[in-house]
Amino acid sequence: MTVTEDNNVASAMREGAGDTLTGPATSRAERFTSYDVEAFEVPGGREENWRFTPMKRLRGLHDGSAVAKGEVKVETEVAPEAVVETVGREDSRLGVAGVPSDRIAAQAYSSFTTATVLTVPKETKTSGPNVLRLTGPGVGNTAYGHLQVRLEQFAEAVVVLDHQGSGTYADNVEFVVGDSAKLTVVAVQDWADDAVHVSEQHLKLGRDATLKHTVVTLGGDLVRISPTATFGDKGGDVELLGLYFADAGQHQEHRLFVDHAVANCKSNVMYKGALQGSSAHSVWIGDVLIRAAAEATDTYELNRNLVLTEGARADSVPNLEIETGEIEGAGHASATGRFDDEQLFYLQSRGIVEEQARRLVVRGFFHEILMKIDVPEVRERLEAAIEAELEAVGA
Amino acid sequence: MASLEIKDLHADVVTDEGNKEILKGVNLTVNAGEIHAIMGPNGSGKSTLSYAVAGHPKYEVTSGEVLLDGENVLEMSVDERARAGLFLAMQYPVEVPGVSMSNFLRTAATSVRGEAPKLRHWVKEVKEEMGKLDISAEFAERSVNEGFSGGEKKRHEILQLSLLKPKFAILDETDSGLDVDALRVVSQGVNDFKATSDAGIMLITHYTRILKHITPDVVHVFSEGKIVESGGRELADELEENGYIKYTGKGEPASV
Ligand SMILES: Nc1ncnc2c1ncn2[C@@H]1O[C@H](COP(=O)(O)OP(=O)(O)O)[C@@H](O)[C@H]1O
Ligand SMILES: [Mg+2]
Repeated sequence: MTVTEDNNVASAMREGAGDTLTGPATSRAERFTSYDVEAFEVPGGREENWRFTPMKRLRGLHDGSAVAKGEVKVETEVAPEAVVETVGREDSRLGVAGVPSDRIAAQAYSSFTTATVLTVPKETKTSGPNVLRLTGPGVGNTAYGHLQVRLEQFAEAVVVLDHQGSGTYADNVEFVVGDSAKLTVVAVQDWADDAVHVSEQHLKLGRDATLKHTVVTLGGDLVRISPTATFGDKGGDVELLGLYFADAGQHQEHRLFVDHAVANCKSNVMYKGALQGSSAHSVWIGDVLIRAAAEATDTYELNRNLVLTEGARADSVPNLEIETGEIEGAGHASATGRFDDEQLFYLQSRGIVEEQARRLVVRGFFHEILMKIDVPEVRERLEAAIEAELEAVGA
Repeated sequence: MASLEIKDLHADVVTDEGNKEILKGVNLTVNAGEIHAIMGPNGSGKSTLSYAVAGHPKYEVTSGEVLLDGENVLEMSVDERARAGLFLAMQYPVEVPGVSMSNFLRTAATSVRGEAPKLRHWVKEVKEEMGKLDISAEFAERSVNEGFSGGEKKRHEILQLSLLKPKFAILDETDSGLDVDALRVVSQGVNDFKATSDAGIMLITHYTRILKHITPDVVHVFSEGKIVESGGRELADELEENGYIKYTGKGEPASV
């Protein structure tokens, strides 16, 4: 077995740039889960789960005071082979991909009125991407929601979740990937400046299933996305990718959990973020648990942050727990740094003006992830969004 | 006539522990069309000299002057120096992940030339120069210097030299880490550049072997932050024989 560890903070980090910390003292295996919001205590903010989140800015999502006064509009643009339904709470298919692991997810689960279910039938490959466009409930309004994407066995599809608009929104999103099915997901959080979005995403992979789950967070006052991946059987392969760009005042939190409880599964995590402006804050938590039964697991996780200006802060907490010696490989890497002066010098020494050199470096930083987004429309949009972010900072 | 004049240059390296003076009064004039070899033992400050002239932020000029065609280089930003016609082939070229060589080269050429080269001509030009330096086409799509071997990096420095066509080039240990074939190819690249331009060249090296391929007009010995002796080719021959012992008291060889 190989276990690699690479916490490269010292070289490029300066005060205020953030921290790479060692993982929490308690095992992720012991995390409480429940569909029932009342089963959770109201978090105060010191809990392991909440310690990075500015609780006041949650607008009461965590303590029951945020009452749903609006709706999130769900528009769908899907391939003809896919089936979209709007179903009630009683639908027995709901909740199969995972159980809420924090109070806001349980609140959303207890509060939604209808759910959207997108199904791709077995042995069907959809002829184009399937887009679910979600528009927030509007300034000052709160909404709870629920989505489920299900691929039956041997199905294949690309699904884009596109979040935009204003308001406060908490939801659970389920991805049920059947045996040998192949799902590519891109979830884009392109919220307006006021928006608060807290989302738990439950990723459940069947035997030999493949899931590529990409989270892109660009806008919103506070965005907290918690993807949890579980394997129902052997041969699952999950890739968790993330790209975020936090501007002044924005809080962007991504909390990942990959639960390896069965043998012969693979996970690969790569999240990259850039931060600019005062009080821009990003949090990345990468919990990977390899339980005793998960022999021949192969896992790697990486988080890199590029702090572009003073006053921005990136926190990065990789946490790898291994309960069996019989694994293929396991590793993690985390680094937070400023612009590399050597890179800037090199580019400038070729006549490239500083501003353009900075842009090249940032684009280059994200390149690795962008190349993995195999939905051309989404990739182009993200490239444009990154350009726009860079214009904004004058970087 | 075009020239690079370095006058009584003093420079510090800036470290976390404070500044440390490395250059202790460098005087050197290189005219257009001339090749000056700067030879010195490890740690004598050769790279510091090249970085100070190019404007690396880790090196701070404390006194003295650097003039390119009479213009004060020290007042210019790093990129302004390059656009004024200065080029530094680095001893340790920097990796820039995610930025393709082709994008980088085109952006650099656009910056230095003041306008984007016409695409069709450009593609042909790059292909030709890459061919001359035995660089295979696939490198165009690779990230700048990332995962390149030492020799591949040096070839790409010379590729940039030939595409950016500076008025004045500093080549910092371009020969180190090159095998015999690569040394020949890279030297040929420098000679071709020289033949098609009237540039001045400062060829920094520890060893004499590159001087068998590139003929210097003047040879300077560099030690402890300044030039301690200047002469013709014969000075290099003497270093080949005796090493730097005369200058450092240590028997560091100048040949391999
Ligand atoms: N970044 C740096 N930090 C500390 N010392 C440095 C740094 N760069 C150069 N030096 C010191 O300056 C001296 C000259 O280095 P350098 O210019 O690289 O010499 P050369 O190129 O001739 O081998 C050496 O003693 C080296 O240790
Ligand atoms: Mg050197």
